Amino acid sequence: MPAVERPITRPRPVYLNLVRIRLPLPGLVSILHRISGAAMFLVGIPLLLLGLQWSLTSEGSFASLRNVVAQPLVKVVLFGLIWAYLHHFCAGIRFLLLDVHRGIELEPARRSSVVVLVASLALTVLIGVRLW
Amino acid sequence: MVKRVLVGAHYGLKDWVAQRITAVLMVIYTLLWLVIAVVHGGVDQALWQALFANAAFRVATFLFGLALLWHAWIGMRDIWMDYVGSTALRLSLEVLTIVVLVGYAAWLAAILWAPR
Repeated sequence: MPAVERPITRPRPVYLNLVRIRLPLPGLVSILHRISGAAMFLVGIPLLLLGLQWSLTSEGSFASLRNVVAQPLVKVVLFGLIWAYLHHFCAGIRFLLLDVHRGIELEPARRSSVVVLVASLALTVLIGVRLW
Repeated sequence: MVKRVLVGAHYGLKDWVAQRITAVLMVIYTLLWLVIAVVHGGVDQALWQALFANAAFRVATFLFGLALLWHAWIGMRDIWMDYVGSTALRLSLEVLTIVVLVGYAAWLAAILWAPR
């Protein structure tokens, strides 16, 4: 359609009210992918490096790291980060499949976003039970 | 006839591809850990020490770290581009991101090849 036939009905740019907007599930997966990525950059990577350094310093340091990880507050943070990794992982694979045009129709895209949300939570619980 | 050359229209493609290739590399490294843990029936201190004493495993871990650095750079840069309108602030945050990421990579190298 030529641009002249398209009337401008609303002022642009459109500003969305992020508090009032109701995201569809694929949108939720998308924003959680971004939030989990940012959380890992800011908190996850430095904690992982700190833990790795601690675990390899000496034989005794590995045991003392275990004690720290056993603290309830540390565990909560750790589970949050494990979920962040798993959600980012599952959502990332979904995005790779979308990139090669797998499941781009509305219904499959909705279904796969549910699969990502459920699978990453289930895997977090599974790993959580094993670590606890 | 107007010959339009859309210079720069493709500039994001390289980053887009890099983000996906680094993602696949990190998936492979994650699955490597999973296979090791399953084959060994869990990860204990002895296995942990043996893995990080292995030169090939250290190199694989460092390559994972480099993939992560590149991947996180593109992701964080996208976040700054989307939400930070001020050019000065965005540039500052981007520089800070690079400094932090290169610092992470140097820290990882120091841990992996620390004299033990």
